[in-house]
Amino acid sequence: MPRREDIRHVMVIGSGPIVIGQAAEFDYSGTQACRVLRAEGLRVSLVNSNPATIMTDPEFADATYVEPVTPEFVEKVIAAERPDAMLATLGGQTALNTAIALHENGVLERYGVELIGADVDAIQRGEDRLKFKEIVQRVGGDVPRSAVCHSMDEVRAAVGELGLPVVIRPSFTMGGLGSGMAHTDEELERLAGAGLAASPVTEVLIEESVLGWKEFELELMRDHRDNVVVVCSIENLDPMGVHTGDSITVAPAMTLTDREYQHMRDVGIAVLREVGVDTGGCNIQFAIHPETGRLVVIEMNPRVSRSSALASKATGFPIAKIAAKLAVGYTLDEIRNDITGETPAAFEPTLDYVVVKIPRFAFEKFPGADPELTTTMKSVGEAMALGRSFPEAFGKALRSMERSAIGFWTTPDPAAPPTDDEIRTPTDGRIYAVERALRAGRTVDEVAEISGIDPWFLDQIQLLVELRAEIEASPVLDAALLRRAKRAGLSDRQLAAIRPEFAGEDGVRTLRHRLGIRPVYKTVDTCAAEFAAKTPYHYSAYETDPAAESEIAPQTEKPKVLILGSGPNRIGQGIEFDYSCVHAVQALREAGFETVMVNCNPETVSTDYDTADRLYFEPLTFEDVLEVVHAEQRSGHVAGVIVQLGGQTPLGLAQRLTAAGVPVVGTSAAAIDLAEDRGAFGEVLRRAKLPAPAFGTATSFEQAREIADRIGYPVLVRPSYVLGGRGMEIVYDESTLAGYIARATTISPDRPVLVDKFLDDAVEIDVDALCDGEEVFIGGVMEHIEEAGVHSGDSSCTLPPITLGRSVLAAVRTSTEAIAHGVGVRGLLNVQYALHGETLYVLEANPRASRTVPFVSKATAVSLAKAAARIMLGASIADLRAEGMLPQQGDGGELPADAPVAVKEAVLPFNRFRTPSGQGVDPLLGPEMKSTGEVMGIDASFGPAFAKSQAAAYGSLPGEGKVFVSMADRDKRAMVFPVRRLADLGFEVLATEGTAEVLRRHGITTTVVRKHSQKDEGETIVDQILAGDVALIVNTPYGNSGPRVDGYEIRAAAVSRGVPCITTVQGASAAVQGIEAKLRGSIGVRSLQDAHAALKKSRP
Amino acid sequence: MTSPTIDAVLVLEDGRIFRGEAFGAVGETLGEAVFTTGMTGYQETLTDPSYHRQIVVQTAPQIGNTGWNGEDDESTGIQVAGYAVRDPSRRPSNWRSTGSLEDALRTQGVVGIAGIDTRAVVRHLRERGAMRAGVFSGTSLGSDEMLVERVRQSPGMEGADLYGAVTTKTPYVREAVGDKKFTVAALDVGIKFNTPRMMAQRGIEVHVLPADTTFEQLLAVNPDGVFISNGPGDPATADVPVALTRQVLERRIPLFGICFGNQILGRALGRGTYKLRYGHRGINIPVVEHATGRVAITSQNHGFAVEGSAGERFDTPFGTGVVSHTCPNDGCVEGLTGLDFPAFSVQYHPEAAAGPHDAADLFDRFCQLMTDNPVSHGPAGTEESGGRHRLLDQNGGAV
Repeated sequence: MPRREDIRHVMVIGSGPIVIGQAAEFDYSGTQACRVLRAEGLRVSLVNSNPATIMTDPEFADATYVEPVTPEFVEKVIAAERPDAMLATLGGQTALNTAIALHENGVLERYGVELIGADVDAIQRGEDRLKFKEIVQRVGGDVPRSAVCHSMDEVRAAVGELGLPVVIRPSFTMGGLGSGMAHTDEELERLAGAGLAASPVTEVLIEESVLGWKEFELELMRDHRDNVVVVCSIENLDPMGVHTGDSITVAPAMTLTDREYQHMRDVGIAVLREVGVDTGGCNIQFAIHPETGRLVVIEMNPRVSRSSALASKATGFPIAKIAAKLAVGYTLDEIRNDITGETPAAFEPTLDYVVVKIPRFAFEKFPGADPELTTTMKSVGEAMALGRSFPEAFGKALRSMERSAIGFWTTPDPAAPPTDDEIRTPTDGRIYAVERALRAGRTVDEVAEISGIDPWFLDQIQLLVELRAEIEASPVLDAALLRRAKRAGLSDRQLAAIRPEFAGEDGVRTLRHRLGIRPVYKTVDTCAAEFAAKTPYHYSAYETDPAAESEIAPQTEKPKVLILGSGPNRIGQGIEFDYSCVHAVQALREAGFETVMVNCNPETVSTDYDTADRLYFEPLTFEDVLEVVHAEQRSGHVAGVIVQLGGQTPLGLAQRLTAAGVPVVGTSAAAIDLAEDRGAFGEVLRRAKLPAPAFGTATSFEQAREIADRIGYPVLVRPSYVLGGRGMEIVYDESTLAGYIARATTISPDRPVLVDKFLDDAVEIDVDALCDGEEVFIGGVMEHIEEAGVHSGDSSCTLPPITLGRSVLAAVRTSTEAIAHGVGVRGLLNVQYALHGETLYVLEANPRASRTVPFVSKATAVSLAKAAARIMLGASIADLRAEGMLPQQGDGGELPADAPVAVKEAVLPFNRFRTPSGQGVDPLLGPEMKSTGEVMGIDASFGPAFAKSQAAAYGSLPGEGKVFVSMADRDKRAMVFPVRRLADLGFEVLATEGTAEVLRRHGITTTVVRKHSQKDEGETIVDQILAGDVALIVNTPYGNSGPRVDGYEIRAAAVSRGVPCITTVQGASAAVQGIEAKLRGSIGVRSLQDAHAALKKSRP
Repeated sequence: MTSPTIDAVLVLEDGRIFRGEAFGAVGETLGEAVFTTGMTGYQETLTDPSYHRQIVVQTAPQIGNTGWNGEDDESTGIQVAGYAVRDPSRRPSNWRSTGSLEDALRTQGVVGIAGIDTRAVVRHLRERGAMRAGVFSGTSLGSDEMLVERVRQSPGMEGADLYGAVTTKTPYVREAVGDKKFTVAALDVGIKFNTPRMMAQRGIEVHVLPADTTFEQLLAVNPDGVFISNGPGDPATADVPVALTRQVLERRIPLFGICFGNQILGRALGRGTYKLRYGHRGINIPVVEHATGRVAITSQNHGFAVEGSAGERFDTPFGTGVVSHTCPNDGCVEGLTGLDFPAFSVQYHPEAAAGPHDAADLFDRFCQLMTDNPVSHGPAGTEESGGRHRLLDQNGGAV
């Protein structure tokens, strides 16, 4: 059946900011959908508040609305665009919930918009746990015994029947938010209470524990003619009890016979049909009892999910793309399989390789958070690897994680062998303990018994343990043994760790190359080589068979450029870097290069086989990259390797790649080093006569103390060479400094600590710029809303700046130019400044794409990453101006007066984490970055733009209700005005005694509330927040080191109730402006295309 | 993999050689090299009689993970001539497992090879077609030239008459589960255990008959329908079953054939068969049913196919037939249906094992066909009044 003719205009809903449980995979799926729909000749309008996405690039839709993904704003877009249909199944739970809300409040019907690719009743059948269980049982499937509860009394009654432990799963939350396992009555009270609160319908499922069972997933697709295919089966290495997003997962399923697999497939298909998923993708999770084989259905996602993205990358079957085609009427047999180019999409991919995904966590960012993995997802990213066996893929995935341990044996073993608890309790890195246990002589059966991990997987690790022993014992590392080691997925670095005589991985590599041992590159082709593949999507493997084949095609017509991606998403290095890499691909392909992407992150657009001309799904380690470069050099001429767009991961390879003779283009490795070395960079600043905060480099506490005494407290201390402000703190006195050194750092001459003068109350300014060696192009100047001291990634900012005068902007320009030339930048540069009084201090410079590149590009209608890629390959800024890639004149440092104001707001994951005792973690902002993503609010002026940014990040700012105010003494003067304004706007002001006194003296009516420390006397502010009585919290703490109990309790309560909590004076002023704009009711929507056209027109 | 290994080679008739280590029995085996793409079900595959005299290359890279069990055999033993894999699993893990794959191969004397670049083998066979091959290990190893010569002297698959080697020696009966509704004479030219099992579940008493059964012997079981199974070899050699099928068609006894049975029906209807370059072997193969446009994901294992094109109608001595099913990957004929005579067949495996169960309803259609076309078991030669019987449309449903 061909495409439906009655749909001409589709509105696609994106997933908003990157949060835990909903990440870059929805940019990948949404981008695919937009591409496909436009290729069908349909008008596409898009709503997504996340500026860091490729999908919100103006060329991917006819009208792109970077507006909050909330029913309120989406309705405004519908009114402006009047689409025929809405596609909301590719934007995660956020898009789906928004679409359901618009269905339920009648907006879709009122505007005649059809929800396609989803049927609201079917979604509710799939997501309503009770209905879903009934469906599974109706089609003959089995489910864990359970009860749906709406109150704590019902919960207690249910547990009386089922017995502990039980699993608690709130309805309609994403990423398993609020779910967990209760082993005791106390845990039950806490988890079920939080779960009821987290569920928008106050509903939780209390379920028989299937803890320790084997866990599987199927990715299915259905078309409207009821054809169903299973795209991929996934087996979780971690047994039931760990959220699948936090589990090590393997595709295809490894430990099922055909009978069991087909039973699972039959049940999955029957459930999908009975639920009535209209068209598109869905994901179903199963548990199997390891001894009886009893199979139960756990849950389904009636939409494209994180697992769909993984399955797409794992198999080469593009689920989102096909889902979009199915939604507009095609059937599976009418859609071509892009990879073979000949066969239809109505088939089930078959793999001749093994895929392993490992989650990436960021517990180090949230001190106090409980590191045990549960059914609430906590990972912030993931890496995927392909190999011809589980050990090979697993080894590659482990070394893709960007951690200090890059695979087994690469860090010193702890002195004691792992305890049973370390093997039993699922945590980040448990698999290392498992390997050590096996190495210490525990048997596979023992470890299987304790950990619940299937013995098949453990035996695969046992094989590595045995191989290690063989390598250690072997007198020489001969070719046969080395080949076998490589085939088992061991890296040169791992081998060097076992054989110290090689003095490191370089020695192993030299030997390996001398013996002619290199990987072959195989192809992901959906069909195990049954048909020829048209798409060069490759992965490396080592074979021992001398007849082994590599499948890299020669290509000598066009020069090649390799772009190194950013690896797994983590806090500090997210989707923004993938955005820049994808832009480089686009620009360089257009300029006549063959583009080759190297990356290992399955969530991203960059690892879509459609993005670059060639894709290598490989770890971003020196060894793996070097082999790819070698393979490509044999295929044709490699003109350059780009390392400055993928963040710190590829940048960190620059020096070694350069030394190995790889043509790294753009800013040289020496220049990168110059910018990162504080001493050398200080010299650059001195020569340019640019002030920087006084600082020193300490290799001991004594040195740190001397420096601090000399430059004066407060000081900012941090380890050198870090991204995202890891381990960075503001220290106000000597005892805290001593504590920091003792606690947070492994200080040594190799690993010094930087001690900077901290500029209290300074305005922080962020600049992204391009430099071609001659000219400097300012991309954008961003003024932070929070004062300096909050990590720039967590701070909201505005572009253009709203309080900076011309003289400051001129100083920013001349300083940036001096630094770009002084460092020797070819490509992108990010500089952070602090304006303290009248002085502009340089805080740091990063000669690479920054996190803000996509935001700046969207706010100013200039793609900085594209221009940077071209500059790296030899174009000048003048050339790019002439071509039209950059404006003819001027730059982002001098936007027209009528340019829109764009506000970037960070999105923080505090609601995901709990301390082991179940308390919330402190949501305080500081110099260590904690946000997972960001949103953009854009409008004609600051107030509405800020209001939009808040709506997009946290839900709307309140328009009425109670506002609780608590301030540090130094902030009290500055806070009077915004608080008064809130009172004038009708808010009831609550404050503790001291603050209330100050406010009353300024004539602001204030209700006194008790502090948390006065809880013995009656209801405290914390209780009121937890009860949901408070609409807005303004809490500015003093300093940033160490938790201050009262503030912590207040902020943690705010997080658990989802109440907006503002922690800076500047944030409070901005919020007031936002609330005013909201109350005026005048906030409209405007497409990016429209805004960009206007901006381009008013440019000189 | 740390245990000492024995060298082995896979030698193709065109001289390409892959080197690995012995897996299963050590020695020599000759056969046609084919590849199968199923990721599950190696036990069913290895025991499928259709793989008789074939050296099966498994594309799934890690094999043996679930070991071997007493329940999943599809015939009385391993049928393949040889088995080539990349990575055999040392330790099986499955609650039904009673032993390892390698032990099963060894006990049954099946020569295999592991450690080769199976994907390179597949690409070679894809481009040059399934071909003669040998696996040699241990004392059977020799110079490359000698081994290639051994392979070249072995018989090829074209013209191979193999079903006689795998058929049952004596007839046997599989009782209906529950009330008996039909009696079916199932001609065993390589039948798998799951086929009579699935028929029995539908109330069919299945009389599994040897391949050389005569029409009279067949009629002696008073069948309500005749079933022709899958099987190995070149259908062009299957003259005896083809002649038997013609007699069944003349009698208008409802007939259902699968795989080799589809080719036998095709030949009985006057259509030719031919060898595919590398065949269809896997459990992910789409088949379009032209009457409905629906796609089934099917289990397949065939190196030969019936001539024809999608939806093509053709005259036969028994009435009009139609090519009712094809594979959208390559247009290959996947099913034939009699429009005015009670017979249909598919090139794939509705009994699956291994593979998806999407086509299981074909057994229900067969039941429906028997219900709608009752056979009166009078004395031989009694004329059937076929005109009043209800027949199948292209959809396979009754008209």
